[in-house]
Amino acid sequence: MATDTITADDDLAVERTKLTVSETDVAVEIVDMHKWFGDFNVLRDINLKVMRGERIVIAGPSGSGKSTLIRCVNRLEEHQRGKVIVDGVELTSDLKRIDVVRREVGMVFQHFNLFPHLTILENCTLAPIWVRGLPKVEAEKVAMHYLERVKIPEQANKYPGQLSGGQQQRVAIARSLCMNPKIMLFDEPTSALDPEMIKEVLEVMVGLAEDGMTMLVVTHEMGFARQVANRVMFMDEGQIIEQNEPEEFFSNPKHERTKHFLSQILH
Amino acid sequence: MSTTNATKEISFVREEMLPEMPAPSSVVGPVAWIRSSLFSSPGNSILTIASALLLLWIMPPLYNFLIGNAVFIAEDGAACRVEGAGACWAFIWSRMDFFIYGFFPAEEQWRVNIAFALGLVLIVPLMWPELPFKVVNALAFFVGYPIIVFILLSGGMFGLTEVPTVNWGGLTVTLIIGLVGIVTSLPLGIVLALGRQSKMPVIKSVCVMFIELWRAVPLITVLFMASVMLPLFVPVGVSVDKLLRALVGVSLFSAAYMAEVVRGGLQALPRGQYEAAGALGLNYWKSMSFIILPQALKHVIPGIVNSFIALFKDTSLVSIVGIFDLLNTVQASNSDLNWASEQQAVTGYIFAAAVFWVFCFSMSRYSIYMEHRLHTGHKR
Amino acid sequence: MADIEARQKSPPKTSFWNDPKIRGLFYQFVVMGALAAFAIFIALNTAANLARQGKTTGFEFFFSTAGFDIFFTLIPYSRASFYWEAFLVGLLNTLLVSAIGIVIATFLGFFLGIARLSPNWIVARIATVYVEIIRNIPLLLQLFFWYFAVLKTLPGVRQSLEFAGGTILNQRGLYLARPLPDDNFTFVIWAFLIAIVAWLVVKAWAKRRLESTGKRFPVAWTFLVLVVFLPAITWLTTGANVAFEYPELSGFNFVGGIELPPEFVALLLGLSLYTAAFIGETVRAGILAVDHGQTEAAQSLGFRDGDRLRLVVIPQAMRVIVPPLTSQYLNLTKNSSLAAAIGYPELVSVFLGTTLNQTGRAIEVVFITMLVYLTLSLVTSVFMNWYNARVALVER
Ligand SMILES: Nc1ncnc2c1ncn2[C@@H]1O[C@H](COP(=O)(O)OP(=O)(O)O)[C@@H](O)[C@H]1O
Ligand SMILES: [Mg+2]
Repeated sequence: MATDTITADDDLAVERTKLTVSETDVAVEIVDMHKWFGDFNVLRDINLKVMRGERIVIAGPSGSGKSTLIRCVNRLEEHQRGKVIVDGVELTSDLKRIDVVRREVGMVFQHFNLFPHLTILENCTLAPIWVRGLPKVEAEKVAMHYLERVKIPEQANKYPGQLSGGQQQRVAIARSLCMNPKIMLFDEPTSALDPEMIKEVLEVMVGLAEDGMTMLVVTHEMGFARQVANRVMFMDEGQIIEQNEPEEFFSNPKHERTKHFLSQILH
Repeated sequence: MSTTNATKEISFVREEMLPEMPAPSSVVGPVAWIRSSLFSSPGNSILTIASALLLLWIMPPLYNFLIGNAVFIAEDGAACRVEGAGACWAFIWSRMDFFIYGFFPAEEQWRVNIAFALGLVLIVPLMWPELPFKVVNALAFFVGYPIIVFILLSGGMFGLTEVPTVNWGGLTVTLIIGLVGIVTSLPLGIVLALGRQSKMPVIKSVCVMFIELWRAVPLITVLFMASVMLPLFVPVGVSVDKLLRALVGVSLFSAAYMAEVVRGGLQALPRGQYEAAGALGLNYWKSMSFIILPQALKHVIPGIVNSFIALFKDTSLVSIVGIFDLLNTVQASNSDLNWASEQQAVTGYIFAAAVFWVFCFSMSRYSIYMEHRLHTGHKR
Repeated sequence: MADIEARQKSPPKTSFWNDPKIRGLFYQFVVMGALAAFAIFIALNTAANLARQGKTTGFEFFFSTAGFDIFFTLIPYSRASFYWEAFLVGLLNTLLVSAIGIVIATFLGFFLGIARLSPNWIVARIATVYVEIIRNIPLLLQLFFWYFAVLKTLPGVRQSLEFAGGTILNQRGLYLARPLPDDNFTFVIWAFLIAIVAWLVVKAWAKRRLESTGKRFPVAWTFLVLVVFLPAITWLTTGANVAFEYPELSGFNFVGGIELPPEFVALLLGLSLYTAAFIGETVRAGILAVDHGQTEAAQSLGFRDGDRLRLVVIPQAMRVIVPPLTSQYLNLTKNSSLAAAIGYPELVSVFLGTTLNQTGRAIEVVFITMLVYLTLSLVTSVFMNWYNARVALVER
């Protein structure tokens, strides 16, 4: 699927083949990246290489720049210095590149952001039809497939307002999956949910991880991090403070800030 | 996939915190601002240039008319009749007394001035949220002040010479109609809103009909109605003052709009408030006046101010039924032959517009300020 | 006996007066009584006053000769016409100026609302200044300004301002060229209608094709091509011709063409410019009401800006905009009554003004005028309830 969208654009295709030869396994690469909101240096010297199939959990106090970081990956935010390369395509202000990247990267938001004026099924088919150019019947087949996967096929004809928060978030995940993304970004997907709904959403995410999806997840669900993450990353004041395998990260945090943070959220 | 290899490399601990770096000039500073807000794309650049040309085309002549070539001091219209002369401010200046006091006798105008000053003294602390004694202040403004103003202006007692309402005029009358509209429409609107929320079918339907009737028709029909039908409604031989007729029309009309604003506040209150009031064992009137209404009204202060703005602009309609409000005094002066010139009418209207604008714009700023305050108050 | 039994069965007795039901009934009786007394008082006074003035009541005056001229009418009318015809002329003039005003105000208002949210600082500023100036000045004053200060101070007939296309502007009004299509021109009109139908067919087909094959079809371009080319080709092939009747100076005035009196132009200008400022605020609020998260979700799914606006933002914004927009339309219609002050012969000026003056039938005339506006606002609120119910239905 990805290849036919790319061949449409020769420049990018060339660039991609060059990269894929040397670094097939890299999904996202961020090099010396800085970002400012006005005078405020929100992200400082970020370096991050995400391999295909890798699951990274990003934690850190509120305001530390976690959301901003993952939003730079699909260019919801623009960075001012350094490089962001997603699936072999470097993000610049070139709209074509942004289009290409966004089609390959799915995102799940804290507040679901489902389209309230469309049914669940329409929420899932809108982008495949209009962005991917999938026939409607096929788009609906794909949508039903993913709705089954998130265990709510029976809600397909309802509107988002009629669903619980947990159900809405699962629809949001299905909606992203319908675009068949290579990389999924999650921005605190469970922090607007009641405890019993958190579980159902996390189950879906664990399933996704087991299938080998590349995932960047901002969350404070440390159980989830232990279970599925290859890597846990701790951020503060716009910089990466510490990163490690989950086991090492939780049992043996090295930086003072990490220790302090963990002591707070693990009680 | 060699994730195990990768994880070995990824173990990382920051040794030293990075200091905040100054933003590059592509984000902050005048150049960045100009680029992002004026020339962010080719389309935007075209818009910017087109808008700049539009301003260049409008602004200089406007400046010349209002200030550059304007006539500020003159004995009569001769100076304004000169070719190329701008606004004839001298004309406004010479008629200023008329615009403010109408036909109020010159030697009695101090009474109007006192009324203005007293109003200012009462209204400033009322609008200042931090100041105490709100209830006393509100009572003084809504009850005491109108009575004092009436006695002061109409006279006929306390040794004041009588000034009939036909002599009232100008900004004075505009403000009086606005004041009376505010003072009567708020309590009437509250009563109507409560009636509309009532569980008693007769009271509810009476209020609904009253509100919807006034809201459906334009104010000018209400004023016509007040001026031709009110005299028929009163007992034979009783004559209703012309100004009073207009006041009745304006008050009923704006009460209907006020009722809907207040109803919005009543509906916005969570059910719990009503239940809590009931649980305290308060009866209807007590729970309304001590618990429900104070909260509901506080919520809708911006809405109330916005209907005051509408009411204030609407006062200008009384000129159609022959009352000499500010707009009508300007309209009448525009045919003053002494000052006849091509710009006479334009100057008059710009002056009147500026007066109305200053009142309405400051009220709308105040409403935005209160809204802001209310919202931050909620978050705390 | 019965008394004691009743007492035992009934719950702890509250006193008669404290029973809320009885109290409620009592209050309602009092209100009804007071209203009835008030109504009777007014009715009696009115009857006495009318009798004293030697006036009768009734609607038969509708069928007597009006005896006054109206200078701007959509239907045949002369001073020999009846009052009901004068009423109709007024009503139609109200509807005419309101309809055109609504169209202009909507375009300008949407433009203003979008401009106020523009990332372009200077565009947003200009729109804001416009809105803040126009909203805070009474409409009547603005009408006076356009009528007395602008249109009435224009040059006289001899020094008329002439614009492209035979448009003439002077103290007496605005004159436009009147198109006079010949018989063959009906073919062009037919071609135009056919083009529209064809476009609708293409649109339906394109939608089906998108759904079945996923291929998009440039529907907007098709529209342009069909609607421009089909009529143009018909025009050329049939040799249809449109002559224009230009306003010509003849004696002391212009004749021919479409003549719009200054009263009409001033009212239209004032109403449209004033209402546009309010519609601009409505549109701005509607767009702002769409959560930014919606835009972000659409972007992250890869929608291009055009599709994102068309499929996600506008449908949601319209739900917020339509109800207040309809009430702005109603406001514009009601505000057109201010024309009475500048002499454009709409309902209030013809009926509540001249007719009332001549017949003295205050009660009947006021009653009918109010009835007209009441009907208009009823229709509006029926529409709004229907719309709100439909939107509510769709969202849950
Ligand atoms: N659009 C924006 N404009 C200005 N400042 C912003 C914007 N978005 C976020 N910020 C600021 O950037 C910092 C990091 O925000 P965010 O990435 O959302 O943190 P986190 O997700 O870790 O809580 C915060 O201080 C926040 O106030
Ligand atoms: Mg965040």
